[in-house]
Amino acid sequence: MKTGALAGALSLAAGAARAAGTLEGPIVQQAVDWNAIIIFVAFVAVTLGITYWAAGKTRTTKDFYAAGGGITGFQNGVAIAGDYMSAASFLGITALVYSFGYYGLIYSIGFLVGWPIIMFLMAEPLRNLGRFTLADVAAYRLQATPVRTFAAISTLVTVAFYLIAQMVGAGQLIELLFGLPYFWAVISVGILMIIYVTFGGMIATTWVQIIKAGLLLGGSTLMAGLVLAQFNFNFNSLLAKAIELHANHDKILLPGPQVANPINAFSLGIALMFGTAGLPHILMRFFTVSNAKEARKSVFWATTFIGYFYILTFILGFGAIILVLTNPEYHVGGDVTKPLLGGGNMPAIHLAHAVGGNLMKGFIAAVAFATILAVVSGLTLSGASAVSHDLYASVIRRGKVEEGSEVRVSRITTIILGIFAIILGFTFEKINVAFMVGLAFAVAASANFPVVLLSMLWKGLTTRGAVIGGFVGLISALVLTILSPGIWEAVLGYPKGSAWFPYVSPALFTMPLAFFCCWLFSVTDNSKTANEEREAFEAQFIRSQTGIGADTAVSH
Amino acid sequence: MDASTMKRIQSDPNYQKLVTERKSFGWTLAIITLVLYYGYIAIVAFAPSIIATKVSGDITIGIIMGVALILLSIVLTGLYVLRANSTYDDLTSAIVNAARIGGKK
Repeated sequence: MKTGALAGALSLAAGAARAAGTLEGPIVQQAVDWNAIIIFVAFVAVTLGITYWAAGKTRTTKDFYAAGGGITGFQNGVAIAGDYMSAASFLGITALVYSFGYYGLIYSIGFLVGWPIIMFLMAEPLRNLGRFTLADVAAYRLQATPVRTFAAISTLVTVAFYLIAQMVGAGQLIELLFGLPYFWAVISVGILMIIYVTFGGMIATTWVQIIKAGLLLGGSTLMAGLVLAQFNFNFNSLLAKAIELHANHDKILLPGPQVANPINAFSLGIALMFGTAGLPHILMRFFTVSNAKEARKSVFWATTFIGYFYILTFILGFGAIILVLTNPEYHVGGDVTKPLLGGGNMPAIHLAHAVGGNLMKGFIAAVAFATILAVVSGLTLSGASAVSHDLYASVIRRGKVEEGSEVRVSRITTIILGIFAIILGFTFEKINVAFMVGLAFAVAASANFPVVLLSMLWKGLTTRGAVIGGFVGLISALVLTILSPGIWEAVLGYPKGSAWFPYVSPALFTMPLAFFCCWLFSVTDNSKTANEEREAFEAQFIRSQTGIGADTAVSH
Repeated sequence: MDASTMKRIQSDPNYQKLVTERKSFGWTLAIITLVLYYGYIAIVAFAPSIIATKVSGDITIGIIMGVALILLSIVLTGLYVLRANSTYDDLTSAIVNAARIGGKK
């Protein structure tokens, strides 16, 4: 991975892909790792038990989509952390620091700074206005059919790209870590996710995410502690050793050639920050708490845990340079000039072995698998709710739908999405899916974020502005990503330098474009409904500020 | 929400106070976050050598800025929660109660 990736400019997409758990380089199926399998089977047993318990408590649509609104702020904060910290963060950032040094840490920072923005501008009004999906917020005073159709499509696009990256990553990782064939790895992820979500809905998904967050935070704390212990808990000597051993020496302290172009640096920064604030499976979590106060607490705890975790990536990344890079045991053929055993995403896993032997490696491998399961469950639930709540209940049935049938549609959609995810996992097995997480963030920043933010804060937004602006953001982000080097050259195979859009991420251009179109097509809209929508803003604003009329928790 | 309740809430001084205070505090913190983060990105983009400048041993300005940005995100969200718990919640419940009592008249 190192030489190949260093050879050309690396795209956001490629970086995020590593971040997503996509592997590069030779993938050799490993011997069956019993430590990992036993720990993982224990995780599955516990989570299936929780799902059984959650299934008994899941009766209404509100239970299914929002865990009855009865999750506390602290629990939700941990669950958000579990939903957000994908294998991306853990394996991907460690791998990026391992290969490039400081460059990887730009991701650690970028993935976190979206959270304060969510807190200051979005969390409370989101909770006060929404019920189950982000379309609830955008459609509060706008026309349901067009706005929900847009929001559902945009949600499904974001979810699909994220899901493909996770499924392919999961298949390859499990093949590597557990010695299980790709086929069975993808099927088992798909089936487990279907079971969690179909039977246990948001309650089971929440607890799977909470347990996973605990495992990931505990596991990485332990690893970082063991790494630091080798340097008498002196970060400076750790850093000095990493600089000494890495082929690029002092250059690993520089941001890296990938962000040498200012447009790339800013576009990456915008995609990471505002993409976070537009991810449907993350925003959906705010509807699981009882009121705005708990929503606030959720963000604080999520920011604390996620931030703490990203600080650990500084230690893990540089630690991997020292303990993995020069250890022949972790390289193909026992030769340190050859690629890592298992591919480019493996530094974190080898590091676990280096500091804690087979048991630690098995534990971390199981945590990585649990991580992917928790993320795909959240994604699938959010995709299923966009279909059943927005498209089926609101657009097709015009709100005339019984509780039971909406949940039934949601469950059926979950199964379909699960099967779809398994098929996508097979379809994309041999394809470089590197760009997909980057694409999901770019779409979230360019389509979901502007529409949701403006609908809550700007009186002037009309249905026409929201739908045109949203679709412009969605389509321009998709098209420019396809025309960028990450797909045009790396996937479609056109020659280097032929990409029509030369930058790593389109967000710097497409997000402002979406805002501009939302504005332009709103202010020029003088229709009767547009005026009614503007007049309806005050009532919406009062509710968003005070919570009067907002959905409250149900007691069980 | 009927028109009279809406009017009553809008003219409630507590409501006006809540809206103005939250808006100015929220945007102040948001702008601080944006300026610091994009300031950092600007250094990454235009003056990468600053990122690699060593301050103490091999610890660089870039590493300190990174950890500081992460800690600051946590501190700022914490500040918002503290302020909101102590001020906004009281104002909100006063507004809700006033609207309810007013409604019974």
